[in-house]
Amino acid sequence: MAGAASPHADLASAMVLQPVAAADWLVVAPVVIPIVFGAALLMFRKETQQHMVVSIIAFALLLLADAALLWRVIEHGPIVMTMGRWLPPFGITFQADVLGAGLATVAGLVAFAAVLFSFRDIDTTGRRYGFYTFFLLMMAGVHGAFLTGDIFNLYVWFEVLLISSFGLLVLGSEHEQIDGAVKYAFLNLVATTLFLIAVGLLYGAFGTLNMADLAGKIAAAKGQAPVMTLATLFLFAFAMKAAAFPVNFWLPASYHTPRIIVSALFAGLLTKVGIYALLRVLVMLFPVERDMLAIVIAWVAAFTMVLGILGALAQSDIRRAVGFVVVSGIGVMLAGLALGSELGLTAAILYALHSMIAMTAVYMLVGLMAEAGGSVSLHSLAGLYRAHPFMAALALVLFFAVAGLPPFSGVWPKVFVVKASLDVGAWWLAFAVLLTGLLTTITLGRVFALAFWRNHAEEPATMVPGDPITWKTYAPVVLLTAAVVFIGFYPQPVLDVAHAAARTILFSSGYVNAVLPAGGGA
Amino acid sequence: METALSVLVGLFFAVAIYLLLSKHTIRILLGVALLGNAVNLLIFTAGRVLRETPPIIPDGLYTPPVPVANPLPQALILTAIVISFSFFAFLLVLAYRAYQDIGTDDTDEMRLAEPEGDRLPPLGY
Repeated sequence: MAGAASPHADLASAMVLQPVAAADWLVVAPVVIPIVFGAALLMFRKETQQHMVVSIIAFALLLLADAALLWRVIEHGPIVMTMGRWLPPFGITFQADVLGAGLATVAGLVAFAAVLFSFRDIDTTGRRYGFYTFFLLMMAGVHGAFLTGDIFNLYVWFEVLLISSFGLLVLGSEHEQIDGAVKYAFLNLVATTLFLIAVGLLYGAFGTLNMADLAGKIAAAKGQAPVMTLATLFLFAFAMKAAAFPVNFWLPASYHTPRIIVSALFAGLLTKVGIYALLRVLVMLFPVERDMLAIVIAWVAAFTMVLGILGALAQSDIRRAVGFVVVSGIGVMLAGLALGSELGLTAAILYALHSMIAMTAVYMLVGLMAEAGGSVSLHSLAGLYRAHPFMAALALVLFFAVAGLPPFSGVWPKVFVVKASLDVGAWWLAFAVLLTGLLTTITLGRVFALAFWRNHAEEPATMVPGDPITWKTYAPVVLLTAAVVFIGFYPQPVLDVAHAAARTILFSSGYVNAVLPAGGGA
Repeated sequence: METALSVLVGLFFAVAIYLLLSKHTIRILLGVALLGNAVNLLIFTAGRVLRETPPIIPDGLYTPPVPVANPLPQALILTAIVISFSFFAFLLVLAYRAYQDIGTDDTDEMRLAEPEGDRLPPLGY
């Protein structure tokens, strides 16, 4: 029989035939671990006593897998794994490069600290409602987004983390939470739908969804497809996910309502996934269009950071003030994206890594301040310095880091953003970054002066103080603060990762060659 | 065929956005449902529309002799339908719960998380 239609057709032209090396399974481990443990905890959700141990094991494994993956990627270059063995661009690719693995590792660190903190914040009812299941599935979504090499798959992971974040947001079912969740849910759904529209049109124009394949096809399109429209749609959709002005209002409306550990996680992880998607899609897939949109992104960045911090300045509720500080930090990362130079992108990625750690720690600290002082209002917090000197020390370090003051982690990315802006003569962008730094210092300095230094509040505290704060409560905040101090004093290792990450998206040939070894699309 | 479908997609989007701009959560919900369908139809149209041809490859050939429909957009739409349906279900429950708890479906009056007349922080001590 002629070979053409025989069942023994040449499989090598369509499928990956050699088995995946054992070490390469690492690339799916950060997604598999949370899903498996999340499912297990769902089955045992009434055994709330066991949740603590199981979730510590899960998050320790997750952090280990992340760190091992980052180490392997730095040592051996990008790792690729294709689902169902269909050769890219047809199979769905999972791909770890320095950008994805670096962000995933910091996300793993933040999640590990958060799970240690959550034992105090999440009571038995919260556990029975499935806090740890939602948390683990959200981590699966975050890691999937960082590691996927397929743009439709990226949309799916966005939805996975979004639906889990809904569950976390309404945990407790208080009236404020329902109110915040309505705004968060509707606006985020519109954002992901916009993303889906862009993906649909992208597929219609190029007939592929694999990011490495797209990078080549978009570069070759040259006026054959509405590429600029697609880039703008992606910018709009991801800017909304990242909470950039003027589509940021869902964030300050909802981030202060859930349990404080949930706010801490959202502030550390979710907006950064939006920033990651912006970097990956705009810099790697649409470099020419990003250049043309640069001025728009730069103004959006300037407005996001300045108006964000002005919002924080006007809040007397410290949780809401910190929500606005998160928005303002997004502006700095967007400024790096707008500049688009190697230094600018390095700064954006470094700021994202710093901000994941620092904002999570600040929210945890705000939770401790509220418990110790019995209020979240600056009108009734006072005397915390005398009562909790150690908390004051942590607060000072974290506030310095967030404001971008030396010698902590916030200073380096801001220095680089300012330098990169001055390099291209965008003095107004550099001015906006510095002005934001000053206003952040004033905002957080006022929190410190009123809540810690002031001896007597003008109004009595409204909440009953919680359990006494022990070293176990401080441990996760100390862990994250130590990371902030370490990056501040010895930035080289993190800087190397950020720099390598910026280079992988700026010069994407390494990424493309790893996915499509033949070089170029099918 | 593509032209007619494109016009229909445009109409779907117009109606969905009009409903999403409403103040009332129930109308926004209807807008969300329509928006999901608009996107599905958009993906379907962007994946090219063909007459029905069975995707059968005769003996001795590697590819079908006539153009057949691309199954991938349909797979994408199936995924999107599942996701948008689950989101719609969640939002429906959330909106109903908000109506029960807050006593209104007017988003202008949902001010529990961001109360009106919030005071500025103290200027000194």
